[in-house]
Amino acid sequence: MSEIATFNAHPTVAVRAESPLAFSRVTVATLASAQGAGVCIRERALLGHLILRGKADDAGFRAGVESALGVSLPLKMGPVSRDDGRGVSVQWMSPDEWLIVVPAGEDLATEQRLRAALSGHYAVMQVSGAQTLLELSGPNALEVLKKSAGYDFHPRNFPVGKGISTTLAKSTAVIRRTGDTQWELIIRRSFADYLFRWLLDASEEYGVFVAR
Amino acid sequence: MLHIYCPHCDEYREEEEFRPKGEAHIARPADPENTSDEDWGNYLFFRKNPRGLHHEQWFHSAGCRKFFNVTRDTVSYEILETYKPGQQPTVTAESRQAQASAQASNQGAAK
Ligand SMILES: [Zn+2]
Repeated sequence: MSEIATFNAHPTVAVRAESPLAFSRVTVATLASAQGAGVCIRERALLGHLILRGKADDAGFRAGVESALGVSLPLKMGPVSRDDGRGVSVQWMSPDEWLIVVPAGEDLATEQRLRAALSGHYAVMQVSGAQTLLELSGPNALEVLKKSAGYDFHPRNFPVGKGISTTLAKSTAVIRRTGDTQWELIIRRSFADYLFRWLLDASEEYGVFVAR
Repeated sequence: MLHIYCPHCDEYREEEEFRPKGEAHIARPADPENTSDEDWGNYLFFRKNPRGLHHEQWFHSAGCRKFFNVTRDTVSYEILETYKPGQQPTVTAESRQAQASAQASNQGAAK
């Protein structure tokens, strides 16, 4: 008898064996409508996303951005500047970086307006293909965020309007609170598949509806 | 889990959002051509590894993606302050020593 340990890869006890592709299947039971759902997830696909870099202490830069976008340029982390009527938002990302989201198809014109209005040391980057926006809503959306991220989501620390960038389920996400029970998540393309399945899994216990 | 104040985001965040990036305040020799091999080697490769107060760089990788400085006690892990690049620490080995000796002399006076 050899002393080398062997084991049976097909357990006969109640241990679930999983295919290496198990996580590529979505086994979450989703609801047929938003009626009674604790969480609703809707992708707002193919919006225009631009990254703007520049000097916040340059009055000419600030005025140029505000004239090109028609919303104020936030100068510190906190409320996202929005014009919901036009579907335009600007979020502070770092002391010299902002995320601009505009309706689908308006990104090129927005970039051109920025380039016409700005001069000197600045940058505008087209990142629409690099990320996507998910709307997370419903009475249990907050619970899903709380168990997926370490950030403090209490309304005292995260009031409606605020936008941050943080860790989410071992990946990262931009998270914005748009209402008491409404959130926007902006996630990277390469993590989108993983994070979407994470959110479905985390939402299943509350009843989840995926809006199209 | 450390709770770290990012001076750029102006907020405390979880340690998970940050990456430590080693010793802070390392100045590149101003005149590399006339710097000795020993000084250049020290600049490139040799780092402090103190037991106690240390000034470190940290990176807010999941947040604003900016560097900042942290004064941290490597024994207790206590973070004594965070400050932006280009700024100097207010808590130093000297300031702590001065504080300790001031306390000691106060206690001496009380007796
Ligand atoms: Zn930060």
